[in-house]
Amino acid sequence: MTATKQTSTLPTHRYTLVVDLDRCNGCGSCATACAVENNIPPAPERSNVRTGVVWLRVHDVATVDPSGRSTFVPIPCQQCDEPPCVDVCPQRAVEYDPRTGIVGQIPVRCLGCRYCMVACPYHTRSFNWWSPEWPEGMKASLNPDVSIRQRGVVEKCNFCVQRLQAARAKAAAAGQADIDPADYVPACVEACPSRALSFGDANDPDGEVARLAKDPESFRLLAALGTGPKVLYRSSDPVVRERLSRTGVTRG
Amino acid sequence: MDDTLIARGLKRTPLPRFLLWLLPWAGVLAFGLYAVYLCFALGLNQTNMDNRFAFGLWIYLDLTVIALGAGAFFTGFLLYILKRKELKAVINSAVVIGFICYSGAVGILMVDVGQPLRAWFTFWHPNVHSMLTEVTFCITIYLCVLAIEYLPLVLKNRRLSEVPGLLVLEHQLHKLMVVFAGVGTLLSFFHQGSLGGLYGVLRGNPFAYREHIFIWPTTFFLFVLSAAAVGPSFILLTTWLVGKITRKQLVAPEVLQTLGKISGWLLLVYVVLKGIDSLVWLNSTSPQTGVQVSSFYANPPFGVQVLFAEVVLLGLVPAVLLLSRRVRARTGLLVAVAATACAGVVLNRYVMTIQTLALPSLPFDSFASYTPSWQEVAAFLAVLGYGVLLYSISFRWLNLFPQERELATKG
Repeated sequence: MTATKQTSTLPTHRYTLVVDLDRCNGCGSCATACAVENNIPPAPERSNVRTGVVWLRVHDVATVDPSGRSTFVPIPCQQCDEPPCVDVCPQRAVEYDPRTGIVGQIPVRCLGCRYCMVACPYHTRSFNWWSPEWPEGMKASLNPDVSIRQRGVVEKCNFCVQRLQAARAKAAAAGQADIDPADYVPACVEACPSRALSFGDANDPDGEVARLAKDPESFRLLAALGTGPKVLYRSSDPVVRERLSRTGVTRG
Repeated sequence: MDDTLIARGLKRTPLPRFLLWLLPWAGVLAFGLYAVYLCFALGLNQTNMDNRFAFGLWIYLDLTVIALGAGAFFTGFLLYILKRKELKAVINSAVVIGFICYSGAVGILMVDVGQPLRAWFTFWHPNVHSMLTEVTFCITIYLCVLAIEYLPLVLKNRRLSEVPGLLVLEHQLHKLMVVFAGVGTLLSFFHQGSLGGLYGVLRGNPFAYREHIFIWPTTFFLFVLSAAAVGPSFILLTTWLVGKITRKQLVAPEVLQTLGKISGWLLLVYVVLKGIDSLVWLNSTSPQTGVQVSSFYANPPFGVQVLFAEVVLLGLVPAVLLLSRRVRARTGLLVAVAATACAGVVLNRYVMTIQTLALPSLPFDSFASYTPSWQEVAAFLAVLGYGVLLYSISFRWLNLFPQERELATKG
């Protein structure tokens, strides 16, 4: 299925994240900022790397470079243009917004069947295996713009869509038809100290992201699957590019 | 009281002995229900599933029991639509087994989802493109059909049939059974297929993804065919097993032979199509996604021998044997071959669920493993316990095998 097309007079964007692997030092600021912005609860004591809730995971891919040097690969939801997760959800709890290209997860409609998790080749979704709990003092720091999710539902990165909504509200209040791009920056991009993350509208031909997307050093993860991710990766090292572009684990 | 419930002319074990038989199964059910309670009360953290292995034992076994339970729809189709009258001897048992399989699968699915109270959302906000929507609709409606098919068996009980109104209802339902058999066949066709489609549509997973015929992946058709093939084998197997446990001859040997022959032909067609599908998948579909096909079978125990076992040892071999008149003439051998055929489909569902999830997709990912928790095992054992209990009760007080009385008289 292709995502439902909606007619709209509003401008159409294609929000895209570009990750510069040469710049990423694996500090994890992006993941921390993401967790704080999106009210991701602290991991329960019994959880492990595969049962915690994570919207953006920084993989330390030591095996990619033949020299053994680490390459850090931050992987949020890839915001695919042909998302394999949207088709499979039985109750439309995953939606593709054709005006932004953002794939949204609707936790209040989610059955918790986890079929979308099985369908996603990037493994970027988390299921709430536990009820979310925050230590008493941390509750005051919750972001009021993001609802917390309950036990038994799936969640994932949505490019901090609440920030887009805030930017739209600001633009509407100012009588503008569209947002100021500077008003919509996801938390991970904002937090990255080494400027490894660039975010913007790939439909804006003069924008930085459109330029990076065309750069021969840019590539997509699992591009051969045809999912059309809007998270791009860049590396000046052709070996890194070649190895990270493969599908599945191959020998040699 | 108990004697008056047992159909005339049938002999059943004394009540205390029957209750003693039920006791351990009730224990298994109670233990499983405790595990279910833990999952509901504390959450699915009671399982060993995780964000990578998002499906586990429950989905695998759901797929398996639904495939094995296909004997209900397929026997109904053969009897009521294709008029294979000899199958009347097993249709009642097939309906009960189908009902147990489907109700058990739906029950365990309700434990498996994180928000079972939202199950109705699928009917309210259906995504018509999702295979799971099709599965949900068809399984729910088919379970209702099975309940309707089960009802006349209950109403035929010696005591209940003394109530004139119930007798009339039973008679009327029986007249409509051809309609329900037709509806059941249609629904089963779609949900057996959709269960296969669940994996075949996974564009992000080259191991599971298959070419499409019209809007359906080939796994849709292979699941329908494999379920129809082993359904009769499973009915054969259970009929034989019940006969052994109760030490009674329940059906004439020719009935088992007919079931074996039907199973054999369908299995042969399935194996041929499965072979063609595997060749297309390994040589064309998967390579197009950039994956090295050998990597599918590079992680023990999922070597290429698994595919060989699935298609040849547990597919082609039992198919050919079931088509042999000499094999079918020897009940012990026939049962063993039928069990082998069932094992092939059990392995197929295992591969489609577990191997699909275990294989890495990202180039720096690793092969994942998963061992179910005791709660997962216990919850599924609850289905087994429930099944044995319901079947035992049905066998005692309902007339599941119409030939039993006649064969007992002859014997």
